[in-house]
Amino acid sequence: MVKRMKKRKLLWQLFSVFFKIGLFTFGGGYAMISIIEDACVDRRGWITKEEMDELVVVAESTPGPIAINCATFVGARQGGFPGAAVATLGIVLPSFLVIFAISRFLDRFLEIRAVASAFKGVKLAVGVLVLDAGLRMLRRMPKKPLPVIILAVTLALMLLVNFTALRLSSVVLLLAAAALSLAVFAAKKRGGEKP
Amino acid sequence: MSLLELFLGFLRVGCFSFGGGYASVALIREVVLSHGWLTEEGLSYVIAVSESTPGPIMVNLATYIGSTQAGVPGALVATFAVVLPAFLIILALMAVLRRFVENPWVRAALTGLKACVAGLILATAADLLAANCFAEQRPDFLALGLTLALGALYFGFKPLFKKKLSPIALIAIAAVLGIVVYGV
Repeated sequence: MVKRMKKRKLLWQLFSVFFKIGLFTFGGGYAMISIIEDACVDRRGWITKEEMDELVVVAESTPGPIAINCATFVGARQGGFPGAAVATLGIVLPSFLVIFAISRFLDRFLEIRAVASAFKGVKLAVGVLVLDAGLRMLRRMPKKPLPVIILAVTLALMLLVNFTALRLSSVVLLLAAAALSLAVFAAKKRGGEKP
Repeated sequence: MSLLELFLGFLRVGCFSFGGGYASVALIREVVLSHGWLTEEGLSYVIAVSESTPGPIMVNLATYIGSTQAGVPGALVATFAVVLPAFLIILALMAVLRRFVENPWVRAALTGLKACVAGLILATAADLLAANCFAEQRPDFLALGLTLALGALYFGFKPLFKKKLSPIALIAIAAVLGIVVYGV
């Protein structure tokens, strides 16, 4: 009985936390990494920092919005399948309700001046939050030659892509990074060195 | 317009959209235009709306198109379909990952992947900050000043007040700031 009450409370908490996160996910997936980490690692300890990094890697290398990936992951870790279901529902619901209302009643949503102004402000905050998400991962990264090189090359290549017309998929970079680390690991193993 | 068509179309979007919102726009575009769910112009409008409303762009588009094509059932079916693949893949992966995460080979691959993702995120941050603070090759000093103020508030809050400012609070503050500065 007590156990069931606890479980119900946990599911409700998962739903409400992810509903709140869903209300504030603007500007693509990366900004919400900071929000998820703040809510699920710093404040509630639902997952560890290391799991957070793994989650980001998994979310980045699987299809689907990062927000959904994160909600499903944290929900499942805390509350199994029901936890995953309520957390995912929670994160989708705000955007569903807002867009549904707009599709029905608000033809001229973008012409509302207050919305445009508020969003201009939000966009600036999103840049700051994405920077925070990147810096957090950087801080936790082992400062060994291989990860540092991978990070530097990725950063340089992506900046080149962003600021020139060059096209390069992040999937290619992820595959190359995994292949390179496996190759180095294999070489070290063969050389008898403890990696 | 059948619900099945909506379901299958958005299932495809959900299955094959790697790398977050903007990278998946090409796939979304193909699916949406080939079904005649929106015109090119309509699609740009909905994408612009998605950018100024909460939630992943893919989910927003699914809800919008579902709703305009087939009302409440359409919105529910399309949104469900776009979310389903990510949901199932994560559940499946977690079952596997838990067993393999202690494996030294998996650890080695993860170290490289984490470094790569950190690079991707930092590059995105640089891109976003630059896009915000420059308009048509010219520095936008107002946006630059506001960004610096928001950054100082966010990163300086903890050392000053011994408590972290939550990212949600930062977004709310930025929205109010936007209304104050850019007007209604």
